[in-house]
Amino acid sequence: MALKIVKSECTVCGACESECPNQAISFKKGTYVINPEKCTECEGQFDMPQCVANCQVDDCIVPA
Amino acid sequence: MGNVVPLSNILGVGELMVPAVDPTGCASSACGSSDGPDGMPDAVWNKVKDHPCYSEEAHHYYARMHVAVAPACNIQCNYCNRKYDCANESRPGVVSERLSPDQAALKVAAVAAEMPQLAVVGIAGAGDALANPERTFRTFELIRKQTPDIKLCLSTNGLALPDHVDRLKELDIDHLTITINMVDPEIGVQIYPWIFYNHRRWHGLEASTLLHQRQMEGLEKAVAAGILVKVNSVMIPGINDHHLAEVNRRVREAGAFLHNIMPLISDPAHGTHFGLTGQRGPSPAELKALQDHCEGEIKVMRHCRQCRADAIGMLGDDQGAKFGNDAVAAMAPPDAAAAEAARQAYRQHIEAERLERRRNRAQVRARIVGAAPRTRPAEPPVLVAVATSGGERINVHFGHAKEFQVFEVGAKGARFVGHRRVETYCEGGSGDGGVLDGIVTAIGDCAAVMVAKIGDCPSQTLRDKGIEPIDRFAFGYIEESLLTFFAERRAATLTPVRVA
Ligand code: SF4
Ligand code: SF4
Repeated sequence: MALKIVKSECTVCGACESECPNQAISFKKGTYVINPEKCTECEGQFDMPQCVANCQVDDCIVPA
Repeated sequence: MGNVVPLSNILGVGELMVPAVDPTGCASSACGSSDGPDGMPDAVWNKVKDHPCYSEEAHHYYARMHVAVAPACNIQCNYCNRKYDCANESRPGVVSERLSPDQAALKVAAVAAEMPQLAVVGIAGAGDALANPERTFRTFELIRKQTPDIKLCLSTNGLALPDHVDRLKELDIDHLTITINMVDPEIGVQIYPWIFYNHRRWHGLEASTLLHQRQMEGLEKAVAAGILVKVNSVMIPGINDHHLAEVNRRVREAGAFLHNIMPLISDPAHGTHFGLTGQRGPSPAELKALQDHCEGEIKVMRHCRQCRADAIGMLGDDQGAKFGNDAVAAMAPPDAAAAEAARQAYRQHIEAERLERRRNRAQVRARIVGAAPRTRPAEPPVLVAVATSGGERINVHFGHAKEFQVFEVGAKGARFVGHRRVETYCEGGSGDGGVLDGIVTAIGDCAAVMVAKIGDCPSQTLRDKGIEPIDRFAFGYIEESLLTFFAERRAATLTPVRVA
């Protein structure tokens, strides 16, 4: 259970990174990536995945 | 009848409705904000006098730079698409390069060493400065340490502002810009599809209500903390154009000292919601009418260039491309002390020049404006386009102008009303007819265009279109030249006419 970032859609703004409660998101080789080991889809923490809620681009963060 | 009647007694009767006292309180100045200590409290004047974005006079002399260390945003606006550069709010969408606080500080040092005119460094994006508070504040701290004489400023949509006013105050950020497009959430719904706040995404009326409350709270808190607040509004015809007078009233009451109403820039190619729905921007005339209407107790700013979050240099002349990360890294470390000395010397020189200017201008105003006959209706004011690259002088060749500043000059003086961007007529030495048409359209409402020099051929075209090309004031001061032009024009129409 994890999400992933669609590289071609991502504007590299980093808004998702600072909102992730599990530090699952990091900047690697020119883009942001989600570590599936750490991503919980925010289950039990928030109503909505924080990265998705904060991302400006629709369909940029999708189920892995 | 045999008596002598000045022609202007007959002409210009329509001007009878013009109020005798200019409501701006800066009657005869060429100002967007205010361009002199007159009419502005000293404390405010001292804060704005060197800020090119806040003082219309300062923008002729001082440079600013933006460092785009804040890529993330916390709201979605219908005039912005983060995948593309946003033309409206100093928001390049995808910044061409990521800029860390350390890199930003290096860049500021490099620019400061090369440009003694540098007075202000701001953070305006590319997203929202306060949606990235740690990056933003870290950057300010570094700059404050290395170049303490440079002023810091920040732009925000206001959503996160109430949480950060104390920190802004601590860092001595004395200029702040909030973009407020509405004070009625029903109108906000048409501008903001959603916001991210308190770990949730909010939509519709809830989103706009929250945003509005946070903006006003932030504005009031910042004003109470003694921070100078400017409000930016994007004018969107059919959505908030009639509402902005109300916005103007409310932000003025809340203590904003300057209101900058900017035109929506909308193009389908930008991929924004408004671009795709065909929402148009206002015409220069619509914009000016609204600015005129709002110009009461609060200064309305007219010289804004809607510059990018990574702009560097004098307004209207972006040097950003010269200072990329790699270019900065490759530069020799600047001599900070020498650079600061150069800035101080430049400022002293400019202050002396500005003092001289003010004196000179007061004399010309007294001579020309003061000489206006009081017994007859005022001469109708006219618009005049001016080619300038700063220094408050007419100093650009017609063929080299990238933009024209437009002034309204009349019996009450001259004032700056806006700028018109144009394509350069003389690329590589030969004039281009298509471009000339574009220029004629851009300044079509002007009676004259003042330039440092102009060729015969474009002169003729301009004359044919009713725009008088004028190069006899080359390198003269703008306001004095405008007033002289107007006085001569008035004298010409005042020439006694014998009526048979
Ligand atoms: S918020 Fe969206 S666009 Fe921004 S870095 Fe994360 S995935 Fe990319
Ligand atoms: S869904 Fe939640 S846990 Fe997973 S990356 Fe996004 S913010 Fe982090």
